[in-house]
Amino acid sequence: MKHLFDYKTYQVKAEQRAQLYWIFSDLSVFIQRSLRHIFTNMDQLLGLTIQPVMFMLLFRYVFGGAIDTGGQNYANFLVAGILIQSAAFGAMTTSLSVATDLQRGIIERFKSLPTIGWGVLMGHVTADVVRNFIQALVMIGVGLLVGFRPTASVIEWLMIAGLLFVFTFAFSWVAAVMGLLAKSVESVQWMGFFVVFPLTFASAAFVPTNTMPRALRLFAENQPITHIIEAVRALMIGTPVGNHAFLSVVWFVVIALISIPVASVLFRRYSGR
Amino acid sequence: MSEQTNAIELRGLRKSFKNTEVLKDINLDVARGSVLALLGPNGAGKTTTVRILSTLLSFDGGEAVVNGYSVKKDPKHVRASIGLTGQYAAVDEYLTGRQNLEMMGRLYHLSRSDTRRRTEELLTQFDLQDAAGRIVKTYSGGMRRRLDLAASLIATPPVLFLDEPTTGLDPRSRLAMWEIIQNLVKADVTILLTTQHLEEADRLADRIAVLDHGRIIAEGTSNELKDRVGKERLDLVVENAASFEAAIRIFGKEIMQSDGDRRLVSVVIEDAVRDIRRMLDVASENKIGIESLSMHKPTLDDVFLQFTGHEAEAANNNE
Repeated sequence: MKHLFDYKTYQVKAEQRAQLYWIFSDLSVFIQRSLRHIFTNMDQLLGLTIQPVMFMLLFRYVFGGAIDTGGQNYANFLVAGILIQSAAFGAMTTSLSVATDLQRGIIERFKSLPTIGWGVLMGHVTADVVRNFIQALVMIGVGLLVGFRPTASVIEWLMIAGLLFVFTFAFSWVAAVMGLLAKSVESVQWMGFFVVFPLTFASAAFVPTNTMPRALRLFAENQPITHIIEAVRALMIGTPVGNHAFLSVVWFVVIALISIPVASVLFRRYSGR
Repeated sequence: MSEQTNAIELRGLRKSFKNTEVLKDINLDVARGSVLALLGPNGAGKTTTVRILSTLLSFDGGEAVVNGYSVKKDPKHVRASIGLTGQYAAVDEYLTGRQNLEMMGRLYHLSRSDTRRRTEELLTQFDLQDAAGRIVKTYSGGMRRRLDLAASLIATPPVLFLDEPTTGLDPRSRLAMWEIIQNLVKADVTILLTTQHLEEADRLADRIAVLDHGRIIAEGTSNELKDRVGKERLDLVVENAASFEAAIRIFGKEIMQSDGDRRLVSVVIEDAVRDIRRMLDVASENKIGIESLSMHKPTLDDVFLQFTGHEAEAANNNE
């Protein structure tokens, strides 16, 4: 092995390319890295898929009978709620991945390379989007088995996919900010719980909001998660969408526009534990 | 790349965290192709120095130059010139060994063909080819550390930072790591390594700088430092008072210290194997019965005692 170490006669040099080439190359390396994590970290993928299936069965069969959805089949009501809730939990994976990277010191290593460091974050966010689409397909499949009867056309399904994309993308960047703030895997898990739980349960995910106390109802009806759930639900089962789709896109684009620069600044400022 | 003789130059480097001054006026030169060990206890400022040199941390004053590039003004070129291996193996657990190396190669902006070629070479050199297709989660500590070092070598960087490269390794992996580092030295790589162990610095480094509370308190070759600290010694415990007296008489001025109550005679030695054999021969010729013997090497504590008057102690600041 000794002769191979002779750098006097043997050196590799960085390839000379346009800066833009390397930006895209770095991004694709980081995205590929995170996408590989989806399938080598099977425990995580299974956990993230099984939990919403359990929720679906729980609400469909245990609580569902007692919930009045105004004549609507409860499975039809439920799928949109579960879909967005599991997407919200799924997006929190970014905060876990970021915190894990920080804890392991691999972010430091990336930062010591002649590369765009924030690409790491973009990689995790992309993996979240992909993971959420896998999850969503499983959800809809299970939904169909328990009585979900969507009436959406191809175009409406594409719109649902678009909403899911905007939502996951924005929420994953929020999660990236949380991961950078928390810096440890343990605290980030609690953070995710405290953010996602109230936002998804104080919403129209599982029950119509009209039975909630006034203050809670005011919050539930106007918070972004309710808008996106109402929009997805309406698109799925053919009820009027109203301005829910428009409002949710506005909400989540704004959230993304705030959290991306915040995450980038936190990332650049991060200087070890 | 510059042709100057020093690969690393530090002039009056200062760094504070909040109100704690962790580096106070560090001056250091590392000649091209040489190995410098930064020796010191936890919190002495070793890791801070490495992090500054690898552009991860800003600094408050002074000048730092790596491979001819200013760390402050030209961090991009510095990053392209260095390899960094931290205290813990910063490799991706959920990728295979091969995927880890390929990822690093592309992030160093090597061409695809260079990346592939270097990956296979390093897997062979670091004895990881059998495990190359397994995810790193299944690797042992020693394997991870080897992969970590391999990753920092993928772009054949002229300057390498090794931050406590053997901390937490079992003795066998530590020896393997030492051998690898010694081979790198022959390859003309400039290495700055940090360690808490005098033995490690002694074995690997051309020069040693002793760091204490953010200051360099001694610098020189291993022999220069050890000459100032004291030699290795052999402690003999003899069987009875008669043997003790005989030992005192025969070993004479070689004796460093003695203790009649414990029948302990400490002798300075230069060459462990030769001197021990000679002393045992002399002892048996003179019917000196030996109960036990043990060897003592100067430790980091001895070095610190010598240069600071206090023992090596970990500082409380967050290094």
